[in-house]
Amino acid sequence: MDRMLPGDAHAAADATADRTVYVFDMYGAVHQMVVSDDSDGPRAERREEGLREAARLTPALVRRWLAGAAIAVIGLGLTLEPGAVLAADTLLNVSYDPTRELYKEYDKAFAEHWEALGHGVPKIKTSHAGSGAQARSVIDGLDAQVVTLALASDVDAIASKTGKIPEDWQSKLPHNSAPYTSTIVFLVRSGNPKGIADWGDLVKDDVQVITPNPKTSGGARWNYLAAWAWADKQYGGNPDEIRTYMHDLFAHVPVLDTGARGATTTFAQRGIGDVLLAWENEAFLAEKELGQGEFEIIRPSLSILAEPTVAVVEGNLHSDAQKAAAGEYLSWLYSPEAQAIAVKNFYRAWDTSKADPADVALLPALDLVTIDDLGGWKKVQPEHFGDGGIFDQIYQAK
Amino acid sequence: MVDLVLSPADPSRLAKPARRPAGRSVTSEPVWLRITLICLSLALLTVLLFAPLLAVFAQALQEGIGSALESLADPDAHSAIRLTLITAAFAVPLNAVFGLAAAWAIAKFDFRGKAFLITLIDLPFSVSPVVAGLCFVLLFGANSGIGGWFVANGIPIVFAVPGIVLATMFVTFPFVARELIPIMEEQGRAEEEAALTLGASGWRMFRTVTLPNVRWALLYGVLLCNARAMGEFGAVAVVSGRIRGETTTMPLMIEMFYNEYMPVAAFTLAALLALLGLVTLAAKSLLEWRHGGELAAAARRH
Repeated sequence: MDRMLPGDAHAAADATADRTVYVFDMYGAVHQMVVSDDSDGPRAERREEGLREAARLTPALVRRWLAGAAIAVIGLGLTLEPGAVLAADTLLNVSYDPTRELYKEYDKAFAEHWEALGHGVPKIKTSHAGSGAQARSVIDGLDAQVVTLALASDVDAIASKTGKIPEDWQSKLPHNSAPYTSTIVFLVRSGNPKGIADWGDLVKDDVQVITPNPKTSGGARWNYLAAWAWADKQYGGNPDEIRTYMHDLFAHVPVLDTGARGATTTFAQRGIGDVLLAWENEAFLAEKELGQGEFEIIRPSLSILAEPTVAVVEGNLHSDAQKAAAGEYLSWLYSPEAQAIAVKNFYRAWDTSKADPADVALLPALDLVTIDDLGGWKKVQPEHFGDGGIFDQIYQAK
Repeated sequence: MVDLVLSPADPSRLAKPARRPAGRSVTSEPVWLRITLICLSLALLTVLLFAPLLAVFAQALQEGIGSALESLADPDAHSAIRLTLITAAFAVPLNAVFGLAAAWAIAKFDFRGKAFLITLIDLPFSVSPVVAGLCFVLLFGANSGIGGWFVANGIPIVFAVPGIVLATMFVTFPFVARELIPIMEEQGRAEEEAALTLGASGWRMFRTVTLPNVRWALLYGVLLCNARAMGEFGAVAVVSGRIRGETTTMPLMIEMFYNEYMPVAAFTLAALLALLGLVTLAAKSLLEWRHGGELAAAARRH
């Protein structure tokens, strides 16, 4: 800022109002001119007028703009809901993609249940995205009171990285903290034109398989592990043959979406691929929402018991009332009423006493392996999906 | 060498130079080429711009205007619209002030590190919005010192409205400054210096000389900035946390509605966002038409 006019020049000019004028001549010298009222030349007068006119216009305009903007901002600010101020019964449920419809319905039912217990109307907020991404957000500080994620390993990640969830969280609720389960099925186009019946058919020459990326999507890990379990049984545990099958399978995947819902959209709405590997509930939902009769659900000979898990994020509980609400929010998931909602949304529930038998009939018993059969998440997660793990190896070998 | 001498025996060479047909100047192309090029450009414009825009409106209105308007009454859609307007209401004026100050410093003064400052202003153009969002998560997330302090004091930045405003400001920062710098540089400092010699104070000179000189460019920059602020997806998606009804802006809500098999709601909101953009575009075109000359300097830089 070294090329500006000398600071004292305008200071002096200000001090004597508009009577003192500094003028540069062509040699760079500064001349001080004191002009009195009556000695103003016509030129000076014109210039002064010009300045005054401009001054009359602009500050008024600027002021009006500023006032308008201020009113607008204040007005908008007032209408903003007090999100930062946490009411006692406010809960944020951070969940994964396919549970949107389930929790929309459950939140309504829970609100009535919580009121019936003599509490105020709870304000339940939800956030949905890929399971891994949601875990990351909670680790980075997303103020979730409960997490309802696709994989136990995602909850484990929050527990180990932040300490906001106790290490033994999975034993705090029945059934390994999985209030509802699901499995992996195939969704094919109507009439099953490619004749897909089991995992082995997915690697036929002209078949395109849609599955999300196991690195980012919980559902995709279940897909991957179900395929692995089938191959393990099929090839009698021969590691080379299993890997060859897995490699062939992913060579048939034209798009790896980041989340389960994205993959469903790719398959159902954009019409890409011949078979979608999907959560059973997601397959039913796609069928229901995107046209009955356009798709068929195929159940393979062997699949995996997918256990989405829930946990209270104890480190994010800001009051006792919130603690009580969060606890009840998760335990009531096991009530017959809530289990019926889960069944209605095509999840497999533990207690079907209040569920509609027609809904239950849609979910026939299947031959399912569990994650523990494969060694549990603590072993499977780093071995298969860690950096440089088996998935990276078979996918890069492409 | 013979060719250089015009033979008087061959006057036709004077009238018909080379093989160019009569009546066509050197600056124009054959008719078929012109038509092909025009059709090609129109086809491209239709496929890339008009058709998608029309598709958005058609999808929004596929079940009639009634259900489109009804979908806007959804409280989540409401709060998304409100949050988008709030974000723009903070980000745009602040960026206008910062952009004006930065352009003023760069155009009117010489100082060490000026080139570096210009590069810094351009940074948001070259950094992917996702990276920008992640930077804010790293800086203000619960695991950083600053972020931890803010959270402990009950003012969460990331996964709350302040983070969304910050991310939007980062992404839209260059628009105003980039618009103003070339104009201010072209105008030079003579008029300001004259005002000072006539005894105007610094503030008065700014109000009466500098600001009026750049007002249309400033407005233009603000409009561009606003359009981008309302439409920003990437950076906001990273810092939002996607809490429905609270930290979901219009672009995020559109994606959510779409993923929830609510195409009417998704495309109605998308149409509304597109309309907001079109209003901005119309205002911008009006400005260009009214004050084309003043904006030409800026336009040459784009």
